[in-house]
Amino acid sequence: MFLKQRQLFWAFFRVGMLGYGGGPASIPLIHKEAVDTYKWMNDDEFSDILAIGNTLPGPIATKLAGYIGYHVGGGIGMLNALFATVMPTIFLMIIFLTTLSSFRDQPWVQGMTNAVVPVVGVMMAVLTWQFFKKSKDGLGLGGSLSLVVVSIAIIVVLDLHPALVIVALLLFALTRKEQGQSATPKGGKT
Amino acid sequence: MIYWEIFLAFFIPGILGYGGGPASIPLIEHEVVERYEWLTVEEFGEVLALGNALPGPIATKMAGYIGFEQAGILGASVGVFATVAPSLILMIVLLRLLYAFRQSTKVKWMTMIVRPTIAVLLGVLAFQFFETSWSANGTLQTGVLIIVSYFLLERFKVHPAIVIVASLLYGAIFLAPS
Repeated sequence: MFLKQRQLFWAFFRVGMLGYGGGPASIPLIHKEAVDTYKWMNDDEFSDILAIGNTLPGPIATKLAGYIGYHVGGGIGMLNALFATVMPTIFLMIIFLTTLSSFRDQPWVQGMTNAVVPVVGVMMAVLTWQFFKKSKDGLGLGGSLSLVVVSIAIIVVLDLHPALVIVALLLFALTRKEQGQSATPKGGKT
Repeated sequence: MIYWEIFLAFFIPGILGYGGGPASIPLIEHEVVERYEWLTVEEFGEVLALGNALPGPIATKMAGYIGFEQAGILGASVGVFATVAPSLILMIVLLRLLYAFRQSTKVKWMTMIVRPTIAVLLGVLAFQFFETSWSANGTLQTGVLIIVSYFLLERFKVHPAIVIVASLLYGAIFLAPS
């Protein structure tokens, strides 16, 4: 129990301190800690959490941290993970704003932010590819590609909110007729 | 009562801020600058700029700092709580419901069918990060950073923390605007 709480704290402390570029930048880092490093959940569960998290309002990083903390270590785990995600940087912010407010005008600070952005982009792209591969295993190449195209059309081209697409898909799956064994997705959790 | 005001000021952006933390910034500004007049527009801009230069989620940094300015540590806690709690509670309830029925074929289908959309959302984010880098660093630096970090992360399996810290150092030395 104590070990788990300590792992939760350090996992989300790293996520909070390394997530340059706001909440969404920490998604690949959270995936790395929760799925690869500590194996608190598999890709299916992570994907569910991301889907639900995207349909709800509010910051994504704390929704993921809070839920994973809860999943691993109950109510205390939730508070622990949230605390580890947000406190270190709020603390830094208060220190810098009250004592070193000229720091952000330093060119090297801007340079740091500039250099980390493409790295976060790579992590995000790798995660994208993993999700696509997983989806191909479950829905087949044709099914996945058509859903990808439809999603791009709605989210990127029509610029509608992603929550609409996710809710529509969830409702479609929910109202779909049960078709026996053949309809069971191959990659589904057992 | 200041704590109640802080709660409301961050609760409303928290539940209306669709699209993650960055989407709630204009809503936070509306509350703290226009409604409660805790900060001027310039001060808000200052806090936002510093927040963007530091790591971690932006909405909670704003809530924590502004709450602290108005009412100390308790104020900061109230601000952060109001930002994260409402949607987090909803999330836990929905996911528990989902897992209660995890054996059902329909729930398995729900998991499968949203996956391509999640991939698209992540892909769009990746593209935005590349685009930001391209306009800040140009094609050559962006290309080099992408290729080197890809090989370090995926081929040599270097821990992301090390790659990120290395890129921060690289940027501080080579990418500072002159």
